[in-house]
Amino acid sequence: MSADDHTVTTTGRPTNEPLVRVTGLEKYFWENDSLIDRLLGDDPVPVRAVDGVSFDIHEGETLGLVGESGCGKSTTGETLLRLQEPTGGAVEFDGRNVYDLEGTGLKAFRREAQIVFQDPFSSLDPRMTVGRIVRQPLDIHDVGSKTDRRAKVQDLLERVGLAADHVDRYPHEFSGGQRQRIGIARALALEPEFIVLDEPTSALDVSVQAQVLNLLDDLQDEFDLTYLLISHDLSVIRHVCDRVAVMYLGEIVEIGPSEEIFESPRHPYTEALLESVPRASTDERDRDRKTISGDVPSPRNPPTGCRFRTRCPQIIPPDDLEIDQEVYRAIMTLRERIENRAITLEAVGDRGEYEDEDGEFDVTDPDAFVADLKADILEWPVSGRHDERVTEAVMALASEQWDDAAEQLAETYGSVCERENPGLPESAHPAACHLHDVPSVEDDRYGPS
Amino acid sequence: MPSIPDSRANTEGGCEMIQKPLLRVRDLETRFFTEEGQVNAVEKLTLDIHDGEVFGIVGESGSGKSVTARSVLGLLESPGRVTGGELWYRDETFADTVRADHPDAVDGDYVDLESLPSNVRRTLRGTHFSMIFQDPMSSLNPSIPVGEQIAEAVEAQRRARANPRSVASRTQGYGLSQYLMSTVMGSRKYVKSESLERAVELLELVGIPDAPLRAKEYPHEYSGGMLQRAMIAQALAGEPKVLIADEPTTALDVTIQAQILDLLTELQEETGMTILLITHNLGVVARMCDRVGVMYAGEIVERGTLADVFDDPVHPYTQGLLGSIPDLEGIGARLQPIPGNVPSLLDHEMGGRCYFADRCPKAMEECLEHPPEFDVDGSSHHATRCYLAETTYSEARALDADYFGSAEPLEDAADEPVEPARSDGGNTEEDSR
Repeated sequence: MSADDHTVTTTGRPTNEPLVRVTGLEKYFWENDSLIDRLLGDDPVPVRAVDGVSFDIHEGETLGLVGESGCGKSTTGETLLRLQEPTGGAVEFDGRNVYDLEGTGLKAFRREAQIVFQDPFSSLDPRMTVGRIVRQPLDIHDVGSKTDRRAKVQDLLERVGLAADHVDRYPHEFSGGQRQRIGIARALALEPEFIVLDEPTSALDVSVQAQVLNLLDDLQDEFDLTYLLISHDLSVIRHVCDRVAVMYLGEIVEIGPSEEIFESPRHPYTEALLESVPRASTDERDRDRKTISGDVPSPRNPPTGCRFRTRCPQIIPPDDLEIDQEVYRAIMTLRERIENRAITLEAVGDRGEYEDEDGEFDVTDPDAFVADLKADILEWPVSGRHDERVTEAVMALASEQWDDAAEQLAETYGSVCERENPGLPESAHPAACHLHDVPSVEDDRYGPS
Repeated sequence: MPSIPDSRANTEGGCEMIQKPLLRVRDLETRFFTEEGQVNAVEKLTLDIHDGEVFGIVGESGSGKSVTARSVLGLLESPGRVTGGELWYRDETFADTVRADHPDAVDGDYVDLESLPSNVRRTLRGTHFSMIFQDPMSSLNPSIPVGEQIAEAVEAQRRARANPRSVASRTQGYGLSQYLMSTVMGSRKYVKSESLERAVELLELVGIPDAPLRAKEYPHEYSGGMLQRAMIAQALAGEPKVLIADEPTTALDVTIQAQILDLLTELQEETGMTILLITHNLGVVARMCDRVGVMYAGEIVERGTLADVFDDPVHPYTQGLLGSIPDLEGIGARLQPIPGNVPSLLDHEMGGRCYFADRCPKAMEECLEHPPEFDVDGSSHHATRCYLAETTYSEARALDADYFGSAEPLEDAADEPVEPARSDGGNTEEDSR
């Protein structure tokens, strides 16, 4: 399955060039974009599903795209096949920009690049027989004579582990795993070079999933296929892929050879993902794992700088600040909540101490209020001068000076992670993280901080 | 039956109780009567669940694990019905309460829930048994703020404790006129303010930041993980003894799944409640459970402690299930899937054989007769419904590969010479008995 041993390609493309090259791909969806919104003067809000993604896929390899739901991995797959029009960026397939193709060129691209969808129940037309479903691509691209096509369909069905006499049955007569095989047969019909597998096994049970994964593996060997496997299941990714790209909130945070990603992940998010997967072994209960708190932020309003910084356990404190990592994380979470005004001041403490008869916020004893609020919100004990600093800032909340409190904390605790998006550097195994910022040439010997 | 006279002074959880399971399910049968015929979703299921343990039921979709959970709670809807079996629940106070009205249902401090009328059984829900569901998005009412829904549960549980004989939720009969009244008179509010305060406490308990604000929000304003936390809060409102978690993390991402599992572990340690965890994810089972039952076609085919089932599986289905998972720790060899698909469970298609025989790589002549449960080596809990527990696999008595008809040829069964290799490897385990 490795790309190394491919020296000859069928086209004139130089052998070291990737089959698919994605550069700065962007796909935004727009909210408040209807005619009425425009008449009312509402500005459209972009949902940045895919926000500047770049990667290469070499011939014969399997690239895995992994991430949590809503991180934009499926949108990436669909957009790079031009099933959706991109907002920006380019995809080169075999040296040609996919978004510039028209007419016969586009039709030729469609023959070379296919997709298998996630849901085997909604991706097959219930009113077509299996034979027609698999034959449809052949009909559209006018391949061979009628008898050729029929023979080809039967051959494909047998190849994916169904029986040739299944051609006249309808999709509802098959189980989920068998339907997924039909979907795979359809994708193979035009003998493509490249297939996007969009969560091909997530709707299947484990025993059936294993059948389908083995089938995909065999087909790759047999037809020299190149795969982009999109999945949220890290064990599937590890089992199948040569290289892996990890996505978070529309960006690729790390990309590299599968072995390296799983053995020595460089981005804190990749680490957290790997730590979170429960292993099916009896040691699992005693495994000490480092999980991350919080939820994925909304792609409507992603965090500034590094998008993972709101959950990152290794967020970088300012250079001149001496602080424990846990304390810093706790203060950053407090800052986050103050900036979003996500603290109900009336409810601080044991109910009702800081509200007047009308339920309005009212502080008579600011010191007690600050102590209660710190006890409620800070996830890690803060002491010494950091405690002084936090106390001072939180004091502003007693008089509902939110911006003041936020500014005071930002002044001392501003992180490089919130100011600059680290970006994905050029290398064999890049990680978009300030922890791995390549130092300038002079202090190279100190290594990354 | 255990008869402990005059031990009533020693109320909850004495040392002598340890051997007595909290819940004893005996020959539970659940059937669905559909147009296509009778579906045997749960088939003669026998199960003991002890105080304070986490018992996992694992199986593929359609194996009957969720139906088992709902049968235990009595939450089945037509066309499903529990058609047989007993469900003994140990609770002394509850046994005393129902003894007068339903003497047949009580045995010592055990009560057979199946022989109680539904209104009595209903009082147990929330206060003794609680359930969290798979899909948090569709399990909460989208038109009521989350805090109010939890407060409603708090109130219902309070009423149930005050009057254990019957309980009605306030939703029943709550209409427009009550709503209009509540805007005028504070005492007629849908939920009382004390209940709302308790709801906020519960939300804080399950780790929802800024709970007072979030309590006023509607389900669509929550993320999936937060909603699952809210549902756990709702389930905890009545301080139940048994929590049934039906695929609690299936709809969630891995990082959120890890948070929810940690939360469940924490709550279990704090409250000492018993958890019946239903899942298809073997990793989740390994993380959470003390004992496991593997379900296939409505039966528990293998049960035991986590180590029994994961390290020394006897049933070929358990072995197949474990062999199907890709390994995260290293690039494993080719996966060893189980050929074929989960059976339909239609009564007229089941027959009297071992239900797994048609997919089993080691099916023998014995397997044409339905196997009883055999004890196996390992802990005293380890048992399996497979003849391999007693006999060794022998080629001579093996069934033909196409004995059950080869309607679904599968490449792995067809062109992979794995079967002989597999039976060699498995022999060591089968020899021990």
